[in-house]
Amino acid sequence: MSDDKLNIEIDGTSLKANPGEMLIAVADKAGIRIPRFCYHNKLSVAANCRMCLVEVEKAPKPLPACATPVMDGMKVFTKSPRAIAAQKATMEFLLINHPLDCPICDQGGECELQDVAMGYGGDISRFSEDKRVVPDKNLGPLIATDMTRCIHCTRCVRFGQELAGVREMGATGRGEHTRIGTYIEQAVDSEMSGNIIDLCPVGALTAKPSRFSARAWELVQSPSIAAHDCMGSNISIHTFRGEVTRVGPRDNENINECWLSDRDRFSYEGLRSDSRLKVPMIRINDEWKETDWDTALEIAAKGIKSAGSDLGILVSSSSTLEEMALARQIADGTETRNIDHRLRQIDFRDQDNAPVFPGLGQKITDLENCDAALLIGSNVSKEQPIAAHRLRKASMRGAKLMFVNSRDFACNLNVEEKIIVSPGKMIHALAGIAKSAMDLAGSSIPGNLQHLFANVDSSDSQLAITGHLKAADSATVIIGSQAQLMPYLAEIRSLAGVIAQATGATLGYLTEGTNTAGACLSGVLPNRDAGGTASRSKGRHAMDMMENGMAACLLVGVEPELDMADATTAVSTLKKTDCVVSLTAYLGDAMKEYANVLLPVTPVSETSGTFINIEGTRQSFTGVTKPLGESRPAWKVLRVLGNLLDLEGFDFNSSEEVRDEVLARIGDVEMNNHVGSDHEVRLPVDMAGLTRIGAVAIYHEDSVVRRATALQATHDALEQGARIHSGLADKLGLGDADKVLVSQGGDRVSVPLVIDDGIPEDCVWLPIGTPAGVNLSSLFASLEMEAD
Amino acid sequence: MARTLKTTFHSLFMIELLKGMRLTGRYLFSKKFTIQYPEQKTPLSPRFRGLHAQRRYPNGEERCIACKLCEAVCPALAITIDVAEREDGSRRTTRYDIDLFKCIFCGFCEEACPVDAIVETRHFEYHFEECGEQIMTKDKLLATGDRLEAQIAADRAADAPYR
Repeated sequence: MSDDKLNIEIDGTSLKANPGEMLIAVADKAGIRIPRFCYHNKLSVAANCRMCLVEVEKAPKPLPACATPVMDGMKVFTKSPRAIAAQKATMEFLLINHPLDCPICDQGGECELQDVAMGYGGDISRFSEDKRVVPDKNLGPLIATDMTRCIHCTRCVRFGQELAGVREMGATGRGEHTRIGTYIEQAVDSEMSGNIIDLCPVGALTAKPSRFSARAWELVQSPSIAAHDCMGSNISIHTFRGEVTRVGPRDNENINECWLSDRDRFSYEGLRSDSRLKVPMIRINDEWKETDWDTALEIAAKGIKSAGSDLGILVSSSSTLEEMALARQIADGTETRNIDHRLRQIDFRDQDNAPVFPGLGQKITDLENCDAALLIGSNVSKEQPIAAHRLRKASMRGAKLMFVNSRDFACNLNVEEKIIVSPGKMIHALAGIAKSAMDLAGSSIPGNLQHLFANVDSSDSQLAITGHLKAADSATVIIGSQAQLMPYLAEIRSLAGVIAQATGATLGYLTEGTNTAGACLSGVLPNRDAGGTASRSKGRHAMDMMENGMAACLLVGVEPELDMADATTAVSTLKKTDCVVSLTAYLGDAMKEYANVLLPVTPVSETSGTFINIEGTRQSFTGVTKPLGESRPAWKVLRVLGNLLDLEGFDFNSSEEVRDEVLARIGDVEMNNHVGSDHEVRLPVDMAGLTRIGAVAIYHEDSVVRRATALQATHDALEQGARIHSGLADKLGLGDADKVLVSQGGDRVSVPLVIDDGIPEDCVWLPIGTPAGVNLSSLFASLEMEAD
Repeated sequence: MARTLKTTFHSLFMIELLKGMRLTGRYLFSKKFTIQYPEQKTPLSPRFRGLHAQRRYPNGEERCIACKLCEAVCPALAITIDVAEREDGSRRTTRYDIDLFKCIFCGFCEEACPVDAIVETRHFEYHFEECGEQIMTKDKLLATGDRLEAQIAADRAADAPYR
């Protein structure tokens, strides 16, 4: 290996470099600082700012270090008089048109131009002509622009082209007339758009929600973990006077590199929502009353005690591991097994065969090295943007990405093959892929799956998918978070397993919720104990609890009207329940209808805890701000509740003690998604009429995101209403209707109608978790529609 | 021995006392410079650092752009600023408080100000009657500035050649 290294010398230091490496990268590794604006190690080389000019021996002119590959024996001087003169000259040109508005610029204090100007700028400008003024662009609710400040480094343009995969921004004009902007006047819609704020070396692109709220030097930065998808992105939370003011990425090459999704970046606005619950509340004779913790906890404990083993515990899959462990301990102590976190799941038939925890089956970094990936029921770019970014990198390299989905999602990935079918026909399509895969591998159909393969002939695209998976050196089959909500999850799981096994692909999951892995491992399941061992007695799962009712219910971070598979059934069951104790950070109107005791707990920024991400990485974080009002971290509330219920083993002094104990209980668990399938197989029944399909709307995914005002104003959040195929619209005579009346069972809502030919013709796309979805029952049930 | 003689001589003839009396005598007969304050006043430098004021532009627009540099530089942490976007999109303070009990009148705030908005005036004769009055709010500061603008502008002009 050492033979193909080149020897170069920078500022008199001898260094080894790989052939083809750029000078600036070698210098960075050696800690030699060369000023730069356009160069970014995750983006392509543009060499248009000229700030990194350095002197190279025998070169007639200074060369840009970012675009000069190393050569053997090269001698480079970054601080010679000639290099400095070139850098100073560049700086003078850059400052000619840059306004002197640092005092009102949000970038002031953390600006790369300011920093470099301190070293290379002149103290007096020789430019006395008028400066250039550029009109601002409207880039939507997340990004504020001040285009006069732009120095045309084109980092944002390259980010859009190379990483976000949307050519939204571009440079037009030449010389002084260069403008950066959107080609057409439109908002930037990428789910990763916030990263251009970090990339912009000046204050041309800044965060709109935190505009003018604090100066860089006033912010206190604390490390934390993002809580809105299963990736566990590393973040820094910036607080100003004890309030979260903005969130930025923290480098972690194994997870999010230096990027962050908009959902993780801007959801902090929900933390200070007006609907935060600040004091415990109790309901007496249908009157809500604010009270103190002692009274509220006593009533809660009494209600839970009187239910005996007919207690149901529902835990949000975005809770911390500590909260989950304590909820499980309460279940153990009260001898109930009715505890679950799979709130939106419909199909529980194969729950005893499910993997110990649905993991990715590989490292997140492996995604970018795969050669073929089949995603089943996943809108990965919106649901897990960080995973989608890795897959996109793979596809840019030539990897084949394939989807089997119930909707043709507009996405930024190069898709090789896609099969868009209604959820019922998805089983048929997967069986086609599985059959051809088994034919290729020469294996036989597992016994219990036999009749799924009756009348199955593989179509061309199904054969192509198998071919790509088989031909790839490293292939993966991923069950997405939408597939996990479908009524045929058991069949999907079995068939995906068969496909993966026959093609030699890795089977993985992308889950909804932040801490689904933690929930499964800590035993927030009716059929398993911590660590995934089968429990001796089995309880009822979330769906069963909601359908058949219980005497008392403990909700940990759950808003059933928005978080459950079947919102209307959930609410009506809870109304009939004798005692509903809700540990919640927010007070919703629906909650007042069914709850008896509301205990204010803190969202993640105010509590310490641990998340286990999709690859099984355990990441702990501490609280960043003080709990708002009387609210308390949920693990403390559960601990006190445990004490009031006279249960043993609730003497924890810190969340670290809880974590250590539950991690010891979990032990070492191997990530293994290949599991047997001996469940009875159900053939999809053809539904008469229309089927409701959908997913969890991305900006309605959990309580905090729902209340983040800027995110709610984005295009992705505003995409509401029912979407149908134009063919179906014609058939129903809805061609020119703006609004439709949708009814499911006895529930009806009026929603806007959107024509979208990416929806199968027998389906209506209507997501859950949205205000419109609250008044309907579950996904994948039949539905009726008429013009409103 | 010599040391003992010397001290004895000094104490016997009250040399130290006479030295003091000589100084007293000199001032007793020299020209007096006592000022009959408040009827009479001493001259003040244009750089005098008295009560703070916030200035406006001639068109009535407040100068302060809420950059918070004065808050950052203040060694006594006497300044508190809240910022918000005004309806016209400009960056303005919604609160600008100087606690005069904390202020040490060092003048760093006016040095730091990029737009000459916060200044210290020649006015130093003021008092407070209630606790809380020592907080110079934005309204009070702007009022002081409006009242003393002529003098403030003249002082800045006089000092300009030396900056």
